Amino acid sequence: MLLTREEEKGLLGEYGNALAAAYRILVAIGEATDAEKLVPIKWAHVSGVNYNTIGDSGLEFLKEISRDGKVKVATSLNPMGFDRENLPDLSLEFIEKQMEITRAYSKLGVTPTFSCIPYEIMSLPNEGTQVSLAESNAAVLANSYLNLITNKESALSALASAITGKSPYSDLRIEENRNPKIKIVNELDLESELDYGLLGYFAGKTIQRSCTGICNISNVTEAWNMKSLAAGIGTSGSCGMFRLQELDTPMEKVNYGERERRETLDELNTSDDGQVITFGSPQLGMEELSKLQTLLQHKKFTKPCKVFCPKMVYCKAKKVGLIETLQRAGIDFISDACTCLTPLITKKNYDSIITNSVKASYYMKTSNKLSVALMSLKSIIKKYTKS
Amino acid sequence: MREFDLKIGCKKIVNGKARGKVLLFQKPLNFLGMVNTNTGEITNIEDRTETYQLRNRILVFPNSIGSSVGAYTIFSLKSNNVSPRGIICTNKVDITTASGCAISNIPLAFINKENYRKFIEAIEDHFNSNEIEILLDTEREIISVD
Repeated sequence: MLLTREEEKGLLGEYGNALAAAYRILVAIGEATDAEKLVPIKWAHVSGVNYNTIGDSGLEFLKEISRDGKVKVATSLNPMGFDRENLPDLSLEFIEKQMEITRAYSKLGVTPTFSCIPYEIMSLPNEGTQVSLAESNAAVLANSYLNLITNKESALSALASAITGKSPYSDLRIEENRNPKIKIVNELDLESELDYGLLGYFAGKTIQRSCTGICNISNVTEAWNMKSLAAGIGTSGSCGMFRLQELDTPMEKVNYGERERRETLDELNTSDDGQVITFGSPQLGMEELSKLQTLLQHKKFTKPCKVFCPKMVYCKAKKVGLIETLQRAGIDFISDACTCLTPLITKKNYDSIITNSVKASYYMKTSNKLSVALMSLKSIIKKYTKS
Repeated sequence: MREFDLKIGCKKIVNGKARGKVLLFQKPLNFLGMVNTNTGEITNIEDRTETYQLRNRILVFPNSIGSSVGAYTIFSLKSNNVSPRGIICTNKVDITTASGCAISNIPLAFINKENYRKFIEAIEDHFNSNEIEILLDTEREIISVD
């Protein structure tokens, strides 16, 4: 990858250690993806915030890079481990270390959104703009729906892009790579957000390319469905984009029918029941909170129910009375965090959870070692509410 | 210095030299979901129940998948002294693995299909391919197989 003279100086440390580390990361990615050059980006979204996932070494890295590092573009931030304004019963050490991480990001100039759905709470750049999004559901959604351009970035590549304002020009950043060479042909009636999530998980796992085509799906304009699809794709593979295709577009295809759905569900659904219901991986936005209210019809949950949403969404929903209504239904709100990998839902507290999220199901199973009853929102409400 | 029998070409992604026993996986790995950063153990591989140890190995696998935070997992493994000594990707070098190795100074290389085939041929004669020692020299872009 060719660097300009200024970029070269940055890499050699003439502008400080943070910039040098950032360029080192970008050069490695440039080599890995055969990029010819770096291109400017306008927005970065950084993951690697939760102390549960990045640990002491991640904290030390952030403290070090924030000594002389500053972001050059608008930069949003993924969820952390808990709600800043509603401190949970966690060890003081955890809370202090989590706050040290947030202070390091603040010093870097990152906006403390603590959200994995930044596309619902940030003002977005113009369509066709190069951005750098680390959160996998956000990257897939931005490429596939918002007409923004990003690779499926890592926590560190997005941070490096935030600090330099640049990213290697490769893969999905090049127009010709945004046309799928293979497509998933859906043969099923997709009735729920879970169905979309399962299709996404299957697509991500099956398609080893950066962009996949998907045929024969509808109703993806509903927020929960499109977020489930994007999160499913982002969880199971390295694919960073999907494009809706006509059935007769000639290209290699993979069918997704009842057998494929069953096998995907069997992989993720490990229990018939659970101790707590969780919604929000990715976090819920206003549209989903409204849908929850509509479906509940004044019924109450018979098991503890936790909803994860960004603080900004929580405040907006509170203003219109939505939060109060949902709290009366037994919902406990947690902002700033997400179902996945929060220390609030671990083996210490629970053996099993109930959720409609394939992403939560995957990480609860593999990382937190919990059993998961995976079912649709409607099924959860039918089974676990009463008047 | 010990001599190796076979030399296979590779592409340098992160500079360095590492010697160790091979840990070979045929399917992609999700570092965040599968790896314990305190112990270097890796589980949930290819629907198998076994646990494998990353520490001091040369990890050979197609590419990483899933969470963007996997890059920090690689860094944590290194900080906790339980990381692989080197990594070789056989399908593509994804951004998570490249960025994680870049800040951890773990030598990282890519081998193309042709060289991967040679690599597999070289190690498949052994009873247990995970016991074979190799030398990864990304500066010279060579993998040497014992």
